Amino acid sequence: MTTAVEELSEPAASVPARTPKTRRSWKGGLRWLGVLPFAAYVSIFLLIPTGELIVDAFKGTHNQFTTANVAAIVHGQYLQSFISSIELAALSSLFGGVLGFFLTTAIVARGAPSWLRSTMVTFSGMAANFAGIPLAFAFTSTIGVGGVITVLVQHFGINLTSAVPLSGTLGLAVVYTYFQFPLMVLLIVPAVDGLKREWREAAENLGASAFQYWRRVAMPVLLPSLLGAMVLLFGGAFSAYATAEALSGSTGNLVTEYIANLLNGNIFVNAQLSYALAFGMIVVIAVLMIFYSAMQRRANRWLR
Amino acid sequence: MAAITAPATTPRRRGGQHRLHGWHIFWIAVAVLYFVVPLYSLLQFSFEGRYAGHAAGFHWFLSVFDDPAFRSSFWLSVQIALETVLVSNLLLVPTAFWVHLRLPKLRPVMDFVSVLPFVVPPIVLIVGIIPFLQPFTFIYSRPEVLPLIYVVFALPFLYRSLDAGLRAIDLKTLSEASANLGSSTFGTLVRVVLPNLRQAIISGSLLTVAIGMGEFTISSLLSFNTFPVYIFTVGQSQAYEAAALSVISLLIIWGLMIGLFLIGRGGRTSIAMGATR
Repeated sequence: MTTAVEELSEPAASVPARTPKTRRSWKGGLRWLGVLPFAAYVSIFLLIPTGELIVDAFKGTHNQFTTANVAAIVHGQYLQSFISSIELAALSSLFGGVLGFFLTTAIVARGAPSWLRSTMVTFSGMAANFAGIPLAFAFTSTIGVGGVITVLVQHFGINLTSAVPLSGTLGLAVVYTYFQFPLMVLLIVPAVDGLKREWREAAENLGASAFQYWRRVAMPVLLPSLLGAMVLLFGGAFSAYATAEALSGSTGNLVTEYIANLLNGNIFVNAQLSYALAFGMIVVIAVLMIFYSAMQRRANRWLR
Repeated sequence: MAAITAPATTPRRRGGQHRLHGWHIFWIAVAVLYFVVPLYSLLQFSFEGRYAGHAAGFHWFLSVFDDPAFRSSFWLSVQIALETVLVSNLLLVPTAFWVHLRLPKLRPVMDFVSVLPFVVPPIVLIVGIIPFLQPFTFIYSRPEVLPLIYVVFALPFLYRSLDAGLRAIDLKTLSEASANLGSSTFGTLVRVVLPNLRQAIISGSLLTVAIGMGEFTISSLLSFNTFPVYIFTVGQSQAYEAAALSVISLLIIWGLMIGLFLIGRGGRTSIAMGATR
């Protein structure tokens, strides 16, 4: 890299005065100053706060080292909050993953008009960004008390709000699926595009049905990409707070809601516990990321 | 039956092309319904909820526009979003430029740091930030603390956008040419690189606006009455007003996304995920 710079700057040396001089000075340690503002900013607003909370998760009230806080979160209601969050994340990424996958295969299918694909990808971009508080109220108007669908199915004797309460795990998973499946589409369209036409033709020439092609050729190639994308969906749902808070309010039992309750009103009711819960979330997400990068490596073997 | 339908389908199968299966149409229909029904219900709620015995029409919209709390929270969010765009660009444009030009070896590190905010969700970051920033009252108690934190969440989107933009231009040649014509490094950044990065900056900034306008977790936990916090509060007691506010919020986010789409047209399409959940 540096040799290329030197070669390029050779002709510049004949140009008078300052050009070579400035170039040389930037080759030294001084050039590192250029990333100093960024490094400082990221340290202050991301790295130090996160690092400190991890350290504090292992500190007692008198600053002594203890594992009591972390031990507390793997028991009772706090463990339950992690389980609820993981269940919700798993269910919503499963719904979103399945619907997103089948939608993607439909819009990239041979014979699918090209406008269909571009329209669905554009809508996916929009739906994936419809989240947070407004999404919660959209679903309250749909399957909440007095919601459009709730009223509709009442005529058939179905009580939707007691069958699928929006504050429950299934209800929240249905709501999260609204942004999960479009996200899945956006994440896997490149991978599905990477399936080579020749593979399909070869399979068909050997007498494979569409199902056999998907089962024996496409799925094994796509599986790491699909799982990787679903891990990202899982992580997003696991970290989500706003939508769940708007729908379940004080009855919520997700880990994000527990942390928020501990922090509420700006005062740490139980600081140590909130550090430990936050640390627990980081651990879960770190495990997901390790799994994700393993999947990415496998995906890259076939899809280039 | 088969004999009747067969001729009708044959012309579509030109050159061995398959037409869309019922299986595919089924999934497209499910997706479209999933997408449309909640939006339809939201609109229905915001327009047709009964008010004083007749359909409300724009009543709920007008009533929220009249609320001074709506205006103050809305402008607070607009202000925060614009400040986030300003700070994140001032920080990231020179940094990305410098790393590409003088410290290319640092690029993998930058790539890694730029995805870190995905690993640290807002609710976790705020647990760490409260004790860390609390002693600095002059910033901690002011709403300006929000854009400073949101820059972290804008980092993955804006940096990756800038990174892609910088990779697409021949930075080395451009800056050599610029230096040979007597320009300083700063002059090169402003007069040569910025115009070339315009699309990357605008699309990254639109996503940043979406983040700044929509963020709820941190602003609610720090007790600032931003637009999403206001919608949340209204929704605790007034369902119709909350639906109307959600429609407004949705239109803003989608306006930004359409802007993104129009800018990205012809170029590569990027995965746009600006919303914080």
